[in-house]
Amino acid sequence: MATKVVERKPLSLAERSYLPQIVSGLRVTMKNMFKPPVTLEYPDERPDIPPGYRGVPTLVKDPDGREKCVSCQLCEFVCPPKAIRIIPGEIPEDAETAHVEKAPEEFEINMLRCIYCGLCQEVCPEEAIFLQDIFSVTGTSREELVFKKDKLYALGGTLPDSHFKWEKKKSAELTGNPHH
Amino acid sequence: MVTDTLGLVMKAFIVIGAVMTMAGYAVLLERKVAARVQGRPGPNRTQIPILGSIPVIGTFLTRLGVFQPAADGLKFLFKEDPLPGHVNKFYYVLAPMVAFIPAMLTMTVLPFGAVTDPVTGATSPIVLADLDIGILFILAVSSLGVYGIILGGWSSNSKYPFLGGVRASAQMISYEIALGLSILPVFLWFGGTLNLFNVVEGQSQVWTALVQPVSALIFLIALFAETNRLPFDMPESETDLVAGYNTEYGAFKFGLFFVGEYTHIIIGSGVFVVLFLGGWTLPFITLPAGMVGAVLSVLIFLAKVFCIVFFFMWVRWTLPRFRYDQVMNLGWNKLLPLAIGNLVFYAIVIAVIEQLN
Repeated sequence: MATKVVERKPLSLAERSYLPQIVSGLRVTMKNMFKPPVTLEYPDERPDIPPGYRGVPTLVKDPDGREKCVSCQLCEFVCPPKAIRIIPGEIPEDAETAHVEKAPEEFEINMLRCIYCGLCQEVCPEEAIFLQDIFSVTGTSREELVFKKDKLYALGGTLPDSHFKWEKKKSAELTGNPHH
Repeated sequence: MVTDTLGLVMKAFIVIGAVMTMAGYAVLLERKVAARVQGRPGPNRTQIPILGSIPVIGTFLTRLGVFQPAADGLKFLFKEDPLPGHVNKFYYVLAPMVAFIPAMLTMTVLPFGAVTDPVTGATSPIVLADLDIGILFILAVSSLGVYGIILGGWSSNSKYPFLGGVRASAQMISYEIALGLSILPVFLWFGGTLNLFNVVEGQSQVWTALVQPVSALIFLIALFAETNRLPFDMPESETDLVAGYNTEYGAFKFGLFFVGEYTHIIIGSGVFVVLFLGGWTLPFITLPAGMVGAVLSVLIFLAKVFCIVFFFMWVRWTLPRFRYDQVMNLGWNKLLPLAIGNLVFYAIVIAVIEQLN
């Protein structure tokens, strides 16, 4: 292999004394001292979570406060690490939304198994399960880290939803609808 | 006689307390400067129960890290003080003291202010011991500090401290010569006096750093080497020697090394201010006589020392460490001839000036 010898210019006296270089270095650090710190003081300040972030999977309710999950169990089937367990159940007779859809009697996500892949969110036909912006999960026991239905709803809260599926179903049942 | 001694002891305690506090806060300053240079906020969590919970001031002081040195100091005190089995116990325990005591001793002759008698107009220094050979005392005692480092390195009976100790001794000896030679022109300039008070009084109009910039530069560089500060922190060089001479030390013994190091920096800065930056005087300004002038002079001195200490920190977080052979090369091949040339040059200049007068 051909080697090319790079000609190096001899250093000038100023360069050999290092002093101008040291001064320019000092200028850089002094400039840095007046910049605001870039540190995010984590527990006090939270980072901005970008949209589309896949955090902890949660169950959400519709704007009227009804649970959206109809316990179709698609997420349970699609979940690669088998972290989701659903026991389907009926909505009680005396409830306002009875006879319209089913609801999960028990919904568990084992956070020790969950790999945050987001397939459950993708597969859910009811848009009931979302991976939101919670990124730190802690617990003192294994049992605590199996999130139950109430915990999942508490984490999920209510997301805006413009489908109003329940209203449509109700009115279809009362007035008749060609599609149902 | 007894009251005289008592007064001196009181004064000594005040000065020691002040210097120790300054050493503690120098650590804080170091951490803050490091943080700011690196875009971090630095220590800002430590709180003292009542003082820290005052609404605005408490938060401000906490963010400033004012309570951090107390926490650091207490940590050194309350940690378990281990004595490794493989060390030479006598020298191992002795070393931190030998490192600490000279650092504290040098400040006895360092004048840090002046008081002018309102009646007679005579000026006298504020100093623990006004020696006529003050600078010789400082040079002699501060060079004893290296024994602590060497002893610590040897007695630890382990590779890294040993290497650190060896490096420290070689470096200290090399730079001591340049250090001593660089300040000779200063004392020639002030008519051969070795008294630090006279040197400062001679600078009331023009600072020595302006008259003899080369002397100041050599002294500053040698000071960095003598205090083991980056870019000359060969004895410690944590990237290649773990922690250098104090690798085997912990708890309070390490604390003594640590405080001694920072005391060294403060005293070294004080000597630099006295020799080259006009001490407690300001050019073209005459301080009022009496107590007010005395307090002002001490404050001026402290402000100047603070600037130099800040400069120490600033340089530390700017420059990378020299390689060991570069340190030796710089000391013996560059600084020493430069210091000798500087001395000869100023000797001739001063002789010419005296002939002309």
